[in-house]
Amino acid sequence: MATYPQNYRFGEFIGSILWLVFWILIIVTLVGLPLIFIVLFYVPLPPIGDQVLTPYLFLTMVVDPSRTIPIIQQQMTTDLFRVAMFPGFTYAALIAAATIFIERKFLAKMQLRVGPLYAGKIEGIFQLLADGLKLIAKEIIVPSGADKPIFWAAPIAFVAVSAAVVTLIPVAPGWVVADTDVGLLAVFAILGFFPLIALLFSWASNSKYPFIGGLRALHQMIAFEIPFILSALSVVILSGTLNLTGVVEAQLQSYWFIFFVPISAFVFYISSLAELERIPFDLPEAESEIVAGWLTETSGMIYGLLQLGSYIKTYALAALFVVFFLGGWAGPQIFPPEFQTPLINVGPLYDPVAANATFWFTLKTFGMIMLFLLPRGISPRIRIDILLHTGWYKLIVLSFINMFVALALIYGGILGPGGLLVR
Amino acid sequence: MASLEDKFEESKKLGLQIVRESEDDRLMTLSIGPQHPGSGHFRFTIKVDGDYIVYCDPDPGYVHRGEEKMCEYRNFIQNIPHLERPVIHDSTNITYSYSLAVEEIVGIEVPRRGQYIRALASELNRQVYTLYWLAIYGIFLGHSTMFMWPTGDRELFIDLLEALTGARVTHAYNIPGGVRNDMPEGFKDRAIRQVRYFEKRLKEYEDIFYNMPLFRQRTEQVGVLTKEDAVKLGVTGSVVRASGIPYDIRKAEPYDIYNELDFKVQYMKTGDSFARSYVPFLDMKESCHIIEQLLDKMPQSGEVRAKLQPNPKGPAGEVYRRVESGRGALGFHIVSDGTPKPYRVKMSVGSFRNMLALPFLLVGQRLADMPAIYWSLNYWPVEADR
Repeated sequence: MATYPQNYRFGEFIGSILWLVFWILIIVTLVGLPLIFIVLFYVPLPPIGDQVLTPYLFLTMVVDPSRTIPIIQQQMTTDLFRVAMFPGFTYAALIAAATIFIERKFLAKMQLRVGPLYAGKIEGIFQLLADGLKLIAKEIIVPSGADKPIFWAAPIAFVAVSAAVVTLIPVAPGWVVADTDVGLLAVFAILGFFPLIALLFSWASNSKYPFIGGLRALHQMIAFEIPFILSALSVVILSGTLNLTGVVEAQLQSYWFIFFVPISAFVFYISSLAELERIPFDLPEAESEIVAGWLTETSGMIYGLLQLGSYIKTYALAALFVVFFLGGWAGPQIFPPEFQTPLINVGPLYDPVAANATFWFTLKTFGMIMLFLLPRGISPRIRIDILLHTGWYKLIVLSFINMFVALALIYGGILGPGGLLVR
Repeated sequence: MASLEDKFEESKKLGLQIVRESEDDRLMTLSIGPQHPGSGHFRFTIKVDGDYIVYCDPDPGYVHRGEEKMCEYRNFIQNIPHLERPVIHDSTNITYSYSLAVEEIVGIEVPRRGQYIRALASELNRQVYTLYWLAIYGIFLGHSTMFMWPTGDRELFIDLLEALTGARVTHAYNIPGGVRNDMPEGFKDRAIRQVRYFEKRLKEYEDIFYNMPLFRQRTEQVGVLTKEDAVKLGVTGSVVRASGIPYDIRKAEPYDIYNELDFKVQYMKTGDSFARSYVPFLDMKESCHIIEQLLDKMPQSGEVRAKLQPNPKGPAGEVYRRVESGRGALGFHIVSDGTPKPYRVKMSVGSFRNMLALPFLLVGQRLADMPAIYWSLNYWPVEADR
């Protein structure tokens, strides 16, 4: 039932909007424009094409938006754009948001439900937005006796460390934030921070259930770290490089590595699930045993940050799987070489190779994310002794098997420089 | 393996010894409930040594409502609606037992069609309860699909009960002398169709939940209750049947028309959490079978309720009648002093008797096995508190 005040008048509503528009126009004209001009006069701007960006040029941009295209083109080559926008945080956060939506609907379909339905009219697409607003509006309760600096810092560190993994992932040829020669080692060095953050946060919470959860997280992540690294080692042997772009290029020259080392891919998948604390490996958050594990004392946006971090981590690990085993951005060229749009031509911003690579990479990543989500619908939580047994005994042995397969492939002259299957 | 008595003595010592925690304590005391997501309306304190539980102290009584005392202020008919509150998901079975007892006091005979409809409602309600129980067991093991599917399929039986009684959960359908009203038109066809569908779903349950290797790893050889211990502790229902004792009130002391039906008492011999979770599943299969038989054998027409005086009363005396509910034997001991109100009513419920096994099963197990053992005991905290 819609509720509105008794003295509601539609005319007054329109009038108030007009009043607002009037004041906004006045303020923009008298304050905003002069401010922009002052900035443009005193800040040295790079030349765009063959002309210098002046306030007059800026004014023409207001009239003809297509003149902003060169500026955007120039901005896209900067590091800031890479860190903040495309292969960096915004891209990862958008994929994380899509993951949450897909998880809800996908799981709902598996469980014969409908999932979120109301927020945003169409299949509840704004449910995440509503949840985010709710979390922002909630009070953050810090337990008495908590170690406050760590309690506040840990969630932020969690998101930061997740985002640090994202910087190493090559999305398209040339589109990577940090293209280091030790990329693969750096990934595992960064992932090693997560159990530390979980333990610090659980200790700082000053509560029993988070403490048990933190210890479980530590056990679990250390047990699965070694098979995780060992399974990636066979990829290193096959490609002969630690550079993640190099790994993808090695696959472009031969075939996807999943065909050569499927067991490593399987071990990597299982270890990723454990690293992500997803069902069936969600022991650190086991609800029925230890309330919410190391997240018990979180509330409001602290919880929101930890969730954001964990979904960005999901994207990062799915993307790593794609880079290691599914050939990265490899795929047939389906985008046209160039295209034009009416009114404002964004053609100059369009790079067919990068667009195609991004398309295939994103598609494969979503496929992997779906595989990460799948066990949640079909599996109960496993017990800590079974988990440790799986990690230390079974997965390490399995990853060694494929390491020898990889060595045989290299020394048998099938892969590697000048191998049989190298195109 | 320590015997039951040893375990009891040991845990008693431990409970008295450690009063409050200090920093260098090796044991950590955890309070599970009443606001813990894995407890229900119930609290138990456990002490853990690392990952192992060394002591458990159940503390029921958070939802005690004085049902037995309330019975003394109402007459026999007025008691029905509030008596089904302890287990609203199994309300027909509670009132079934109560009605049987009151009928014996007042001395009336239930018409045959009434007896059949009553048994039918009881079996349908048993399915509702067991599905709900299974759903909670799923969420206790972290299996969210195992929560959603039974909760969804429960609607099949809730719809049938709604058509039969007019209410979805608290039916107040059994009354002394029979049932409140007759079956609606076309109920038989609908019931058979839905039960057939449910039998197909049960096969899927078995494939997807019970044959899942991770589910078996979690539950097999966990919290083993031997045959002897089960008898000593006096557990009932699916818990005692899982320990290898084929004891079912429907077979052992048949009431109403249960001796005319053809069904088996389902039991398993291992006595672990898996057996305790699998026996209710087998019971559901058997219940489907019973429902089909009841619908077939039912007299096509006739009275469903015996004529009863407005405020029924019987001679002074006492009577005890019990039925097999979703959680085991559920009995009513009623003492009448010849007035329309009972002098004393005592409910004997399966939940409380099953709860007594909890401390003995938990000691020596891992913390992660706590929900798997606790909910496999088929314990409903509200019923135990009454």
